[in-house]
Amino acid sequence: MNEVIQVEDIEVFYGKEQHIIRGLSFEVQRGEFFIIIGPNGSGKTTLLKALAGVLRIKKGKISILGKPLALYSRRELARILAVVPQEPLADCPFTVFEIVLMGRTPHLGILEFEKDVDFEAAVDAMQFTGVYHLKDRKLSELSSGEKQRVAIARALCQQPSIVLLDEPTSALDLSHQLNVMDLMESLKKERKLTVVMVSHDLNLAAMYADRLLLIKEGQSVSTGNPEVVLTFEKLEQTYNCVLLVDEHPAGKVPRVTLVPKKFIR
Amino acid sequence: MNTSDRDMFKHTILVVLLSSVFLFLTMLLGISVGSTTRNWREILDVLGSLTRGNSLASTIIWKIRFPRVTLAALVGSTLSLGGLTFQALLRNPLAEPYILGISGGAAVGAITGILLGLSNFPGVSLLSFIGSMLTLFIVILISSGKNSREDSLLLAGVMVNAFCSSIIIFLVSLTLDARLHSIMFWLMGDLSLSSPEKVFMLLLFLLPCFVTIYSLARPLNLIVMGRETAENLGVNTRLVYLVLVVLVSLMVSAVVCQSGLVGFVGLVIPHLLRLIIGADHRLLIPASIFGGAGYMVLCDVLARVLPSQGEMPVGVITAMIGAPLFIFLLKSSKS
Repeated sequence: MNEVIQVEDIEVFYGKEQHIIRGLSFEVQRGEFFIIIGPNGSGKTTLLKALAGVLRIKKGKISILGKPLALYSRRELARILAVVPQEPLADCPFTVFEIVLMGRTPHLGILEFEKDVDFEAAVDAMQFTGVYHLKDRKLSELSSGEKQRVAIARALCQQPSIVLLDEPTSALDLSHQLNVMDLMESLKKERKLTVVMVSHDLNLAAMYADRLLLIKEGQSVSTGNPEVVLTFEKLEQTYNCVLLVDEHPAGKVPRVTLVPKKFIR
Repeated sequence: MNTSDRDMFKHTILVVLLSSVFLFLTMLLGISVGSTTRNWREILDVLGSLTRGNSLASTIIWKIRFPRVTLAALVGSTLSLGGLTFQALLRNPLAEPYILGISGGAAVGAITGILLGLSNFPGVSLLSFIGSMLTLFIVILISSGKNSREDSLLLAGVMVNAFCSSIIIFLVSLTLDARLHSIMFWLMGDLSLSSPEKVFMLLLFLLPCFVTIYSLARPLNLIVMGRETAENLGVNTRLVYLVLVVLVSLMVSAVVCQSGLVGFVGLVIPHLLRLIIGADHRLLIPASIFGGAGYMVLCDVLARVLPSQGEMPVGVITAMIGAPLFIFLLKSSKS
């Protein structure tokens, strides 16, 4: 079985008629770097929450590792699927080490204290994401790039087989964006994890994704590798703006360039 | 204390040990202070021999002072644990059973039950529990509207509390029913009116509640990080919320029936403990139980010793310490 996540014809709506997602189907393969792109309000974050089981779908079916999502307990799900939400770490009085160690929760019994295995998992996760030197710091003392890596370390500490991320690069400068994306790629390559990410940065998505899903108004526009999805026609139709699509000068991936009105004569 | 080490277990033992020694010492003090002051040797004799002989000292200590000090300890631990729990669930450091109006609702329920002529158990206790759940529900409903502000939870709580107080005064002054205790008992708390049997029943009821809340310490840590984060880390937050809200309301209403309204304990103790031992609920819960108990015993000692004649309601002491701290916390949380 190679499909890690299977989404079949799902619908999500708030209130009576306001559809956020309608008739969406796709699947994510094992060990894939899968990125969901689309305009603001297209339902990207809602889709990710539905995949994480935090938001109930009204119709259709989501399966994780071949088993329907609805049949998982929260604890069971947290052992195979970790989530890094958009604003991952609210200010809280815990140290980095304590926060990362919280990733062990789904593996521990109610009154069980952390054992050596758990501390090793936390240390390993912090070393892998490069935050070990921050372990005794409080969260309020960290930069947003560091907080993002702490959140990823906690997800890694869960020892999941799937990681979901919601725009992990949106608050970061250029070097930290690359840093986080490289980290996700090494998760995929070295740890054999399946990575599903929501992003609105088309160029980062083009450079790192194995496959893309482009959605608009809760419906799928296109899915496939970056060359298939990131074409002029599909992007213009989705985003309603003028842009150029050519090839990245340093690699064989599409590159999207915005064209403001004043450049058009 | 740095908890980012490998010895959570050792820290837990240390915290339990230190805070229970504190409770033990305060209880010893509570037992030895009273209107007929005994010397230490006599008290230690009575306590040490554990004999329930017919001597006057033995009667005073075992029949009067010991139950009262135990009641103070139970009230203190329940209120302080209730405050700690609500502060985590509502993610608001100012949440507390008294301030949120839960205690007031429990008192109104209890008075109604007594006036209806119901038996203590289950009648009065059940109505008291319903009263506390109802006020909690109303406060959360008012404060979670669309245009709610950050401090609307507290405002709603304070208003509901004021409303409950006026109903208490209304009912008590209307009936002058001898079974009802005084207005003072309900509004400011009084630890002198319980019986040893009731205190023992309260202890039996509260102990399993304490254990259950302690078993939810880790989920509470995660809920402090945010409800969605807790869900993603495998916590069934709906269940945890439900269990804790019901349990704390039950405990608080059981305590209110025996002691009246005692405020601010759930604010002072958790805040103080967080400064000393950090944010981990696996340490904070046992520390709040023992620390809150000891604090309440001390407040009761003050309430008995300070007036030159008789005694004052223990709620006066806790409010004089707690209300200024509340204002200070409100001020510092805004800046």
